[in-house]
Amino acid sequence: MSAVLDSHGHGHDDHHGAPHGWRRWVYATNHKDIGTLYLLFAFTMLIIGGVLALLIRAELFQPGLQLVNPELFNQLTTMHGLIMVFGAIMPAFVGFANWMIPLQIGASDMAFARMNNFSFWLMIPAAATLAGSFFMPGGAPAAGWTLYAPLTLQMGPSMDAGIFAMHILGASSIMGSINIIVTILNMRAPGMTLMKMPMFVWTWLITAYLLIAVMPVLAGAITMTLTDRHFGTTFFNPAGGGDPIMYQHIFWFFGHPEVYIMILPAFGIISHIVPAFARKKLFGYASMVYATSSIAILSFIVWAHHMYATGMPVTGQLFFMYATMLISVPTGVKVFNWIATMWRGSMTFETPMLFAVGFIFVFTMGGFTGLILSMAPIDTQVQDTYYVVAHFHYVLVAGSLFAMFAGFYYWCPKWTGVMYNETRGQIHFWWTLISFNVTFFPMHFLGLAGMPRRYADYPMQFADFNALASIGAFFFGFAQVYFFLFVVLPAMRGHGEKAPAKPWEAAEGLEWEVPSPAPFHTFETPPKLDATATRVIG
Amino acid sequence: MFKAVCSPEDKNIEAIKVMKNNLLQKLTSGVLFLAAWASTAAWAVNDLPGGPGVRQLNLQPGATKIAQEQGWLHWFMLIICTVIFVAVFGVMFYSIWKHRKSVGHKSASFHESVKVEIAWTVIPFVIVILMALPATKAVVAQKDTSNADLTIKATGYQWKWGYDYIKGQGEGIAFISTLDNAHREMSNNGAKGVDIDNYLLKVDNPLVVPVNKKVRIITTANDVIHAFAVPSLGVKQDAIPGFVRDTWFRAEAVGDYYGQCQELCGKEHAYMPIHVKVLSAADYSAWVETEQKKMAAKMDDPSKVWTLADISKRGEKVYAANCSACHQPNGKGAGPIKPLDGAAVVLDADKNKQIKVLLNGQNNLAMPSWKQLSDTDIAAVITYTKNNWSNKTGQLVQPADVKAAR
Repeated sequence: MSAVLDSHGHGHDDHHGAPHGWRRWVYATNHKDIGTLYLLFAFTMLIIGGVLALLIRAELFQPGLQLVNPELFNQLTTMHGLIMVFGAIMPAFVGFANWMIPLQIGASDMAFARMNNFSFWLMIPAAATLAGSFFMPGGAPAAGWTLYAPLTLQMGPSMDAGIFAMHILGASSIMGSINIIVTILNMRAPGMTLMKMPMFVWTWLITAYLLIAVMPVLAGAITMTLTDRHFGTTFFNPAGGGDPIMYQHIFWFFGHPEVYIMILPAFGIISHIVPAFARKKLFGYASMVYATSSIAILSFIVWAHHMYATGMPVTGQLFFMYATMLISVPTGVKVFNWIATMWRGSMTFETPMLFAVGFIFVFTMGGFTGLILSMAPIDTQVQDTYYVVAHFHYVLVAGSLFAMFAGFYYWCPKWTGVMYNETRGQIHFWWTLISFNVTFFPMHFLGLAGMPRRYADYPMQFADFNALASIGAFFFGFAQVYFFLFVVLPAMRGHGEKAPAKPWEAAEGLEWEVPSPAPFHTFETPPKLDATATRVIG
Repeated sequence: MFKAVCSPEDKNIEAIKVMKNNLLQKLTSGVLFLAAWASTAAWAVNDLPGGPGVRQLNLQPGATKIAQEQGWLHWFMLIICTVIFVAVFGVMFYSIWKHRKSVGHKSASFHESVKVEIAWTVIPFVIVILMALPATKAVVAQKDTSNADLTIKATGYQWKWGYDYIKGQGEGIAFISTLDNAHREMSNNGAKGVDIDNYLLKVDNPLVVPVNKKVRIITTANDVIHAFAVPSLGVKQDAIPGFVRDTWFRAEAVGDYYGQCQELCGKEHAYMPIHVKVLSAADYSAWVETEQKKMAAKMDDPSKVWTLADISKRGEKVYAANCSACHQPNGKGAGPIKPLDGAAVVLDADKNKQIKVLLNGQNNLAMPSWKQLSDTDIAAVITYTKNNWSNKTGQLVQPADVKAAR
């Protein structure tokens, strides 16, 4: 314990103690404060993106246009996607990384504390620009979150604002990734070899490499869009010899690894929670690491499965079909490992475990629809329909978001020093799980029956399932407001049972070696670890 | 696999399909009753043959071999995935039930097994290969656009489809296909009390093709990417400006088949449906004959000098088909769409200003170029806007003026 708290560190601390008031946050260099900022930012964006989603669902509640005109409808779908992907899910995982990686590897902080501050605060003007584009002449960008050319060439000035915002968000992500990689590779406590690292740290290490590889590709694609719009180039404009399909290739070369950027850290979180509540070590740690790496590598050679309908040559379709189907193998290995971890364990079902089991169950449904979509002939039927919408919400909401909820409940005692309210947590889980499925399961039927996505109005035959999905969506939205007001806020205010250093009986890892709430400074001198690198021994 | 679509053992699959559909329908109808009730109107709408069905749960019934094959593949995948899902989660829920702390289960200590791990890597790999085999055959069949009996070019415009019969019987026929303006109006009015089966799917000129003939569709676009998609015929192909792509179908039954644009193409994306009318060989020949006669008759003489009344009447039709979706029937525009009623460029004495806007577009093509319309149509619609609503300029634009400005 002495290494953990380092009593002399504290006297020395006094003359550069944590700043108070607003300075604490604006000048924040502490990984825990920055982690908190990231998580609060991401939740704010989740709510903004969620309000946009509810406007979409309200419009689609009945056939015909009632609330918004088709221009605004397209703006809503576009901004919902951009805000959720770049504003909510990605920053939320960076928040988890900031909080947990130094604690899990026994490091005092992130490697580049000031850059960490910069990469957070860059997101504020970027998010403001993005969300503020609704108030620009012509409204927000309305070309879909994928921003396909040449439709982007017809957009108003808000498109440039959107591109600028995404450049900044990309820069922020790249800086965050560099920070994470350097921290993990250089700042692990002595004795923590790579193959003893916690799974969350492993998945984030791989994710950070993916981010560094693909964010510049996105920046390239949107920069070319920008020069096409204003500086007379014709990269994507056929009138000048450009190729609109090239945009899609570049975008999805970013976009597909991006999908895994949004799910690998979730796999990491689940790989901590399942063993903790099954009271049994994670099954197949090494194969988990290899599976994660395989998924990351394969993610670079499957991008064109988003583009079967563009009309690729037959060999192209076959290659991308086979490569995509192959990804299901390492993903399957992960699911099997989690279930093998649960097998013959001694399980309890507190909220983190509920969300983890919910994640495995519902995410796997999204995985299977992904496998079905990977088949080019079936994709001919369901590409760009609600089937795709259902699929990616099953993996991004029931996948990423559920894992983040699980992670919140799991680490909340460490962050806040108090236990969340278990009853409310369980209400949140069941409410979320049921309303999620009511919202998105009918979308499979809509898509199979042929309802295209991004439609402001639809044939009458689709009316009932749309009404059902809209009802579910509102329940889902309210569940998240409930979560914030009745679970997160009380915990942040310190209301609740005081949490011990290790609130979960069988949780493993260095984060449980420090008191709850985690003190402002932890592991100021590298801790001495036991042979498994999960306990501090002096 | 491809031939097997009609073989007897597949009759079983058909039967299972019907059974499952009925079962699923019964299960869902209860839940849906609530939704239907909540959405205040139980839509009195029927299944649309060749289009979507009410609360349809699966793919639309295929009217081509390819579409049937896609349907077969979907069942094949769905069954395999469901079996795996039930097996895997059966194990998980068994474990959740039996291996709980509250029932006194003590945790075991195993945490790896190379044999098991290799097994559950290799077995899924083999399953995936088995899935890939039938899919590969279908991909190859779908992509074979050779030896077509009839070739038609489908051009996506914001927001309608242009069809040009390029090769085969009917060569030379060309027309534009637009959503019925009444349906667009219904949509704007909230579709209240609308219970028509082909809502948003009714067009002025359907794409007419013969039954049992291989029809090759070449797609391209005029402005942004669109997608030519007809689920029951098993085709979906992006229409890309500056590029041509192709797909094909051979409809096995006479009838009407419906599809919609399936690539986001701007504000009226939801309003550019596709209606394919499949006719018997004899009916198709008759259609071609009348169509060619009509075309010959309709061929406007671009040097014809029109009277104000005649050309305005023509212009009103052109306006309804092309302009009113954005500029509104009252010419007032909406939101960012500029009004025409009282607009300076419409009232301007120099008629060339408005001709230029129609030919070249304006505002970054927010107002698209309409140069694909004939000289007569452009002259007519300009004359109409110059003399309708509060615009009473008395100006008359002749086709020759447009021809000169091109």
